[in-house]
Amino acid sequence: MSYKCMYYVNVYLAVDINFSSLLSALLFLFRLAMMSKLELKEDRMLEVQFVGDDDVLNHILDREAGAKLKKERTQLLVNTKKIIKKPEYDLEEDDQEVLKDQNYVEVLGRDIQESLKNGSAADGGNKVYSFQNRKHSEKMAKLASELAKTPRKNVSLSLKNDPEIINIPQCSKGHSASDNVQLKNNDKSEFLSTAPSGLKKRLIVPRSHSDSESEYSTSNSEDDDGVAQENEEDTNEVILNQKIPSQNRAVSAPVCKETPSKKMKRDKTSDLVEEYFEAHSSSKVLTSDRTLQKLKRAKLDQQTLRNLLSKVSPSFSAELKQLSQQYEQLFHKWMLQLRLGFNIVLYGLGSKRDLLERFRTTVLQDSIHVVINGFFPGISVKSILNSITEEVLNHMGTFRSVLDQLDWIVNKFKEDSSLELFLLIHNLDSQMLRGDKSQQIIGQLSSLRNIYLIASIDHLNAPLMWDHAKQSLYNWLWYETTTYSPYTEETSYENSLLVKQSGSLPLSSLIHVLRSLTPNARGIFRLLIKYQLDNLDNPSYIGLSFQDFYQQCREAFLVNSDLTLRAQLTEFRDHKLIRTKKGTDGVEYLLIPVDNGTLRDFLEREEEES
Amino acid sequence: MATSSVSKGCFVFKPNFKKRKISVPVEDYFNKGKNESEDSKLRFETYQLIWQQMKSETERLQEELNKNLFDSLIEFLRKSYSGFQKSSRDWGCQIKLREIPTAALILGVNVTDHDLTFRSLTEALQNNVSPYVVSLQAKDCPDMKHFLQKLVSQLMMDCCVDEETKEGSIQVAQKKTHCSMDSLSSWYTNVTRKTDPKMPRKKRTSSSQWQSPPVVLILKDMESFTTKVLQDFIIISSQHLHEFPLILIFGIATSPIIIHRLLPHAVSSLLCIELFQSLSCKEHLTTVLDKLLLTTQFPFKLSEKVLQILTNIFLYHDFSIQNFIKGLQLSLLEHFYSQPLSVLCCNLPEAKRRINFLSDNQCENIRRLPSFRRYVEKQASEKQVALLTNERFLKEEIQSLLENLHVYHSNYFLVLRCLHQFTSSLPKYPLGRQIRELYCTCLEKNIWDSEEYVSALQLLRMLAKDELMTILQKCFKIFKSTSEKQLGSTAKRIEEFLAQFQNLDEAKEEEDTSGSLSKGLQKTDLYHLQKSLLEMKELRRTNKKQTRFEVLREKVVNFIDSLVREYLLPPETQPLHEVVYFTAGHTLREHLNAAPRIALHTALNNPYYYLKAFATVVTAAEKMDADSATSEERNEIIHARFIRAVSELELLGFIKPTKQKTDHVARLTWGGC
Repeated sequence: MSYKCMYYVNVYLAVDINFSSLLSALLFLFRLAMMSKLELKEDRMLEVQFVGDDDVLNHILDREAGAKLKKERTQLLVNTKKIIKKPEYDLEEDDQEVLKDQNYVEVLGRDIQESLKNGSAADGGNKVYSFQNRKHSEKMAKLASELAKTPRKNVSLSLKNDPEIINIPQCSKGHSASDNVQLKNNDKSEFLSTAPSGLKKRLIVPRSHSDSESEYSTSNSEDDDGVAQENEEDTNEVILNQKIPSQNRAVSAPVCKETPSKKMKRDKTSDLVEEYFEAHSSSKVLTSDRTLQKLKRAKLDQQTLRNLLSKVSPSFSAELKQLSQQYEQLFHKWMLQLRLGFNIVLYGLGSKRDLLERFRTTVLQDSIHVVINGFFPGISVKSILNSITEEVLNHMGTFRSVLDQLDWIVNKFKEDSSLELFLLIHNLDSQMLRGDKSQQIIGQLSSLRNIYLIASIDHLNAPLMWDHAKQSLYNWLWYETTTYSPYTEETSYENSLLVKQSGSLPLSSLIHVLRSLTPNARGIFRLLIKYQLDNLDNPSYIGLSFQDFYQQCREAFLVNSDLTLRAQLTEFRDHKLIRTKKGTDGVEYLLIPVDNGTLRDFLEREEEES
Repeated sequence: MATSSVSKGCFVFKPNFKKRKISVPVEDYFNKGKNESEDSKLRFETYQLIWQQMKSETERLQEELNKNLFDSLIEFLRKSYSGFQKSSRDWGCQIKLREIPTAALILGVNVTDHDLTFRSLTEALQNNVSPYVVSLQAKDCPDMKHFLQKLVSQLMMDCCVDEETKEGSIQVAQKKTHCSMDSLSSWYTNVTRKTDPKMPRKKRTSSSQWQSPPVVLILKDMESFTTKVLQDFIIISSQHLHEFPLILIFGIATSPIIIHRLLPHAVSSLLCIELFQSLSCKEHLTTVLDKLLLTTQFPFKLSEKVLQILTNIFLYHDFSIQNFIKGLQLSLLEHFYSQPLSVLCCNLPEAKRRINFLSDNQCENIRRLPSFRRYVEKQASEKQVALLTNERFLKEEIQSLLENLHVYHSNYFLVLRCLHQFTSSLPKYPLGRQIRELYCTCLEKNIWDSEEYVSALQLLRMLAKDELMTILQKCFKIFKSTSEKQLGSTAKRIEEFLAQFQNLDEAKEEEDTSGSLSKGLQKTDLYHLQKSLLEMKELRRTNKKQTRFEVLREKVVNFIDSLVREYLLPPETQPLHEVVYFTAGHTLREHLNAAPRIALHTALNNPYYYLKAFATVVTAAEKMDADSATSEERNEIIHARFIRAVSELELLGFIKPTKQKTDHVARLTWGGC
């Protein structure tokens, strides 16, 4: 059940949009689950307690305040008492929450039922947005004002779940301080090199951020540092046991950025205003610098991904089956409504491909129908129309334009009323079909009396594709079919972010195109590839300038004049093999818009052959 | 045959030719869906019958409503055309020739309804003004070339249908390659010359009463045309106007200012614009409701909730009559599909006939109706037994009940209209300005229990005489129009009231002299003044001696009140109302006004579930693979699942990759990023 993972993603999206932090969060939660399991080993029961967004945020994001203010350790020691007091008080509340949230499975089931029965249009809003509600909002406000008044106090508050200080304050003293200084310097220089033009304010935030970031990465990204790992686990335990309310952190973090002396000068109101804006702007600036490259685990390709996923047995399969059986009962109704001039659109979470496929096999066997995979990356309206004209209507001609073709089809269907056609479109809202023109054409098709359309949409903003005119063309009846089944087929076309692009398609097309060229042209292209691969590590590489390229080609006896090279390049450009870009100095730069792995493979093949 | 492939996105399935011939009739799907397929065939037929009637009725209404607009438009076209003729004879006034007569048709924002209007407009114009009517849409004309191509091809198609069809199609094919205004005008002179000798043809009786009929060009959605195309076309065609008489009609959805925003003065000065306003869609809705729902002509009725949903979609989403009709169609279908007793939802004689053929099952269904059960409970015990056991007795009873229901409805609508006459002119409209609002309130509950009704009655008690009389006269007309016996007496009562009001005028003078306030002039101290004022107040309150007008007014209001209380009972009180009322508003909302976003959100709603479920899965996996699998593999699986989750989020549109930094994604929902 991949949807469970979504929560993590959601949490991180709400906080910090970076994959590596997402991954580390996943690991963190996983470890958390492990740990609590250890604790409760006696009764062999796992109890996950609710961890608020911001607790997790803490884990991922910096402890900027902590790192920054460690120097003022004296204050901290004074305030330890307070630190320990507060968490206890919060613990009770969280326990209640856990109680409330038990029997979640039943609730889940009921939710589905409910959303099935009522369109959930009216009462949905409340439920939906409760996601963002914070339960202790009043307390938060109180806390915020408190913090604003006494800038010193927050020092202690924000530090309170730093385990090193609470548990072993003495031993961490010297060690972590020196550590910190060193790291800070490192990061500073690093940051300055990457973003030299940053504003001062901007500099402050990421730096303090990456401070703790690097402090953490030793333990978190599994750098086999045993001691650090222990520390880390301590942290988790502390978080888990004390249940430090996340809200404190969220508030205290921005406050801490202010230096106390600055604050004294301002009066209270402007202070609050400032605080507000900082609290709201800070989320934008704070991004973690962890990347997938730092991760040990490599990108998976589609095949291994599929293999791995097939090992996971789907949960709640009985419930899901029940759900889909409910939808299957609607098949005849759908047919009726289709025949009466409505078109049907299915929406809701989960792949609706299997459902439509079952619809097709149960009721459409005896009629002509076309299945269109909207998620197929190469789909286009043209290909849809072609398959209608060529395969359904057996027409062997060509058309001047798509509109002509549409007119022809429309006339054909209007003339012959005995002709009937069912269109099944999976993902009508896919990248390729969501364009205005495509939708217009499909809408016009579907408005015909003897063409019946049943389609599915998945994208959150899919209904925005249709204005009133299109909606009246489509004449939709909406059906919510939340299936919760994974989008296996829909996401299998190697267009996902994290899937390694195997690149077999571009590679083969590259080879095909180049085979049709003259040996000289191939040589020219190889030169460009080599140059591009040589400059792999150069981040400021923008391409090979035309003059340099010409020089190189001349030296290799590939061209004899400026013009021949240009002619060659035009041919490349027509095949979309190269892209030209004007540099800042006005010179033309040439670039191959294919990823480097593919290019390397290509070169290897070429060498093998020759 | 599989439907997934790495090289193809479309898959065509064609069954054997033999099989295809037997296409399943629609009503079969009507039967198959539900288990209780009582009388399903009959039900489906009734559905189709009623729907056809409703549809033709709405079309008729549309035509009627458009008639005024079209008449004035045609009048304008004729006038401007005769201007052409005159000035073409009088060769001197070249300047006037440059102005293209233009009708700006303001149609309102309900774009979806425009198509229908334009279709009937084209028809009307072809019958009355000119055979050469072309309508263009912005999406067909991205540039001048396409614009002219479309214009030419449509023009030639139109007239070639009349003439030699074969020759025409060849011509079209040729002309498509190069179109210019020159070729158009030469074509035009050609055609008009050709038709001249053939004048006495049967087909063109009215339209070719002029020697050279103008070409009418309708731009359906003027706002979406590119400015350049419009400007160019207008400039060019004004040059050719003397040889190619053109009349433009702009379809405008927003406001007439748009013409000046789209066209600079130099261009708009070439047009001679006249504005035409179409009927507002709200008025249209009122008439549709009036003719389809507030009548006994159609047995099918909507419950308060359903009506509310449909009008809300109309008012808050699209202002589209067509969509409203679609909603009506859907509710009709749903009613006949889901309610087995809807078989009785037809006109009264037919329903009475059908009652005799009701099966035992259907009788059982009737007995199970809540409204019928309530009715039975009120009867004497012997009758109760008979109703529950004797089928024949039951059927007879149903007949009379259905008849009662029919009478109830006919009275209901009369009284409703009458009440609406009274309340629609009150200040602040306590019961709504439109009759549909009043209808909704009456459907929902006993209207006399509502505060609004009480305040409305209070306001009625303050009406002036002439107002009251005009309202009464209107009501009289309403009641007069029917032949119902029971309410016929009401008409008589109203007539009597009217007569009494008339008589009042004569008696008025006498009253004026009496009842003056002479006491006010006496000299008193403050205490006495207060006291006497209080007394006067007391006196006025208990004063039985109202004017005669007031007495009469009171009587009228009480009369209306009694009418309302007697006839405007909510339909739930009527036995067997389930037969004709469609109540499942939520299905309607679900299918017409769905919220996919909310569905997604609810499905992904509570994060705690995912957390908990994740933990469950992980520990379960752990228990299973404790010996066999290494933790490395488990991590791999988790990684894979994470990747899938990310791709799915991307598909759903929650995140998208950005170029800002490696591996970054942007959040697209919950307030953007």
